[in-house]
Amino acid sequence: MTELAKSSQAPLLSLRNINMTFGGIRALKDVSFEVMPGEVHCLAGENGSGKSTLIKIVTGVYRPEPGAAIEYDGQTYSHMSPVTAQAAGIQVIWQDLALFPEMSVAENIAFQTVLGRWPRVISYSRMHEIAVKALARLGVSLDVDRPLKDYQIAQRQIVAIARALIGDAKLIFMDEPTASLTQSETDHLMDIVRTLSASGVAVVFVSHRLAEVLEISDRLTVLRDGALVGVYPAAGMTQSRITELMTGRTFEYDVRSREVSANPVVLEVEKLSRPGLFEDISFTLRGGETLGITGLLGSGRTELALSLFGMLKPRSGTIRLEGKPVRFSSNRAAIAAGIAYLSEDRLSLGLIQPQSIADNLVIASLDRVTSGGFLSDDRKRALVAQWIADLGIRIGRQDDAISTLSGGNQQRVAIAKWLATNPKLLILDAPTVGVDVGARAGIFEIIAKLADSGLAIILISDEVPEVYFHADRVLHMAEGRIVNRFTPRDCTLADIEAAVYA
Amino acid sequence: MRRIIQSHATEFALLAVIAVISFVLSVATNTFFTVGNAFDLLNSSAVNIIFAVGLLVVLIAGGIDISFAVAASVVQYVTAILLGWMGGGGWLSGLLIAGGAGVLLGAFNAFLIHKFRIISIVATIATFNIYFGLLMFFTRGVSIYNLPDWLTDRVILYEREMADGSWIEITLPVLVMVICVIATWIFITRTTTGRQLYAFGDNPEGARRFGINIGAMQFIAFGWLGLMAGIGGLIQAHYAQEVVPNALYGRELDVLAAVVLGGARLGGGRGSVLGCVLGVLLISITQNGLNLAGVSPFAFKMIIGAIILVAITLSNTRLERLLPFMRQQGSRG
Repeated sequence: MTELAKSSQAPLLSLRNINMTFGGIRALKDVSFEVMPGEVHCLAGENGSGKSTLIKIVTGVYRPEPGAAIEYDGQTYSHMSPVTAQAAGIQVIWQDLALFPEMSVAENIAFQTVLGRWPRVISYSRMHEIAVKALARLGVSLDVDRPLKDYQIAQRQIVAIARALIGDAKLIFMDEPTASLTQSETDHLMDIVRTLSASGVAVVFVSHRLAEVLEISDRLTVLRDGALVGVYPAAGMTQSRITELMTGRTFEYDVRSREVSANPVVLEVEKLSRPGLFEDISFTLRGGETLGITGLLGSGRTELALSLFGMLKPRSGTIRLEGKPVRFSSNRAAIAAGIAYLSEDRLSLGLIQPQSIADNLVIASLDRVTSGGFLSDDRKRALVAQWIADLGIRIGRQDDAISTLSGGNQQRVAIAKWLATNPKLLILDAPTVGVDVGARAGIFEIIAKLADSGLAIILISDEVPEVYFHADRVLHMAEGRIVNRFTPRDCTLADIEAAVYA
Repeated sequence: MRRIIQSHATEFALLAVIAVISFVLSVATNTFFTVGNAFDLLNSSAVNIIFAVGLLVVLIAGGIDISFAVAASVVQYVTAILLGWMGGGGWLSGLLIAGGAGVLLGAFNAFLIHKFRIISIVATIATFNIYFGLLMFFTRGVSIYNLPDWLTDRVILYEREMADGSWIEITLPVLVMVICVIATWIFITRTTTGRQLYAFGDNPEGARRFGINIGAMQFIAFGWLGLMAGIGGLIQAHYAQEVVPNALYGRELDVLAAVVLGGARLGGGRGSVLGCVLGVLLISITQNGLNLAGVSPFAFKMIIGAIILVAITLSNTRLERLLPFMRQQGSRG
């Protein structure tokens, strides 16, 4: 659809004077928002900027304060309800997808056919047919009779999209759709979005990772602190400009890569192999050095990290820590030897969400906060207070649940948890997934500070710029092998990107 | 074929275990492997299977119920007393009263769970004690032997002498059991409400976002179990020809073990009627076989406990976990 055609049309959705207050806090201040039919629109903003509140108003979960005007598809509403929104063809693909893992793909997609108050007989063959047709519309084929739990996150997301299409959607909101996808999966998703847009379905992205979204968006709405910053055409927009609009600040990174060959060697890995996962991995890492490892998901980077952390036994090769060969029987042995690993999936594996900030922070170093064999509350508080100050973590009270913190602050607690074990080597696996742009800068500041204090760091990320700007050296892994070694101060970002996305 | 085995792994594993145990028992005893014994097993397992398919529905919806067996005892007394007032009654009125009383007791559980947000295990432990305490208090532990004739007379639907000299019969409990099993199977696999129960157990928040009525789900699941408990209670009274207040006390754990053995997941979203029936049968066969082999009844519970542990370990431990290398391959995706 061309710009000209769009401008002559009436908007599909138009919101005016949207105000929303929660417990005295203005979540949205006089926001307006507009989506054209068939448009790909990006809704950008940091956590807490009001993006999710806005989606919840459009989908009828919340009612805006009086004075709001919602126009959708030629009709005026004072507010939506979940039922009217769905009936009108507004669908949301939530970040957690809200799917049913034990049920078949077909049933997940055609779930609407089992809704309704009174029992009816269901038809599996009809569900099968609906599901296959919906997937075909997206150009995907899956075995729809298998349970959803057999599929990976990227395919589950496609299932969620297919399900949204069943209801004759005209407007689809996607909440952080690329957060857990690899580059190629993201590319595939973008193709699907193009297909949808071409068939007249408007798609609104809500995302932190803007690069890929920007590429296919027509327009961009930016929110900051509950207020509208502006609406911009996506063409000509750069990522750094969006970041500036979202945060009100500018972030310019310099390449940090330094020469550290004078520092003592902390880790030496020689010909480490585990057939099928990674093979013939050799590298050295010095104190104060940050080694970036990049590569697509499935390149073996996480598996390599897990074997350094004692959770996956290598078949052959050696690992030397400060000159001594080590062979870990478990990750407890690795922690005792001074290795810390911040897992990829922070929310489900790294932190215990309902527990307090203090308890999360000391969980890996309980032996440091005992007195006479029993846990000492005073020692715990002192240790927690020290780390909170050191890492500049913004919290209310130490006893608040970790779930009350923003993504960036949660990530800092997760880092502090491992630093409290006093490690020699810190492995950070995708530390910025699900973290705001502003908070990311804070995390990289912490990483730089830790490196300066002499800690050896491995930084794993599939976002090439992260390792390019923040690591001293970069290893590129593909299919379980190190295929390229880069030194960012001697190459360009494009060099590494070309190799990784080749 | 491979696919059917994959998607019904628990059921096939149970069938295999039943086959192995049956083989061992048929070698060890000369009475186990007779057609007559097989029908005895079916007749004596009928009540447990009725309870089991009811409990299955609650487990699928993500709940658990400890109180259904004593609730069935309460139903037996209520039914016996009401039938006495009515001057006898018959099978139809008996089943209606028992089923209705069971549904009410189940609905009370659902009410506690939904209205006061008490988790189901706590709510039903409470009602388990309330129901049993009330029952013992009001009956003073006295059994009822003067039941109506229609209830205590054995109803034999089919009988025949087999070539091997054993006598087979199919009794009313088996017919009722088959009806309950088929009804539950149709309910949970072929109706929209049944699928909503699965979805609710699988991902309650997801189900809520679809506008599924969460309260209704609780009432339907616990109501269905109550119905099965009521019917099962009446059939048990018929089978035992008496009503004893503590006759079913403790049965809830046997049935729960059998249902979990059959592949239902504590936590919801998974479980099948076939698996559930096979789970009950596996336990009955083992018990029956040990009996015929002359093993002390005191050893039964121990051996059955061990079987449950082994079976659940095998079915919950994914094959990949036993072969770690395969798992890693899979996760690279």
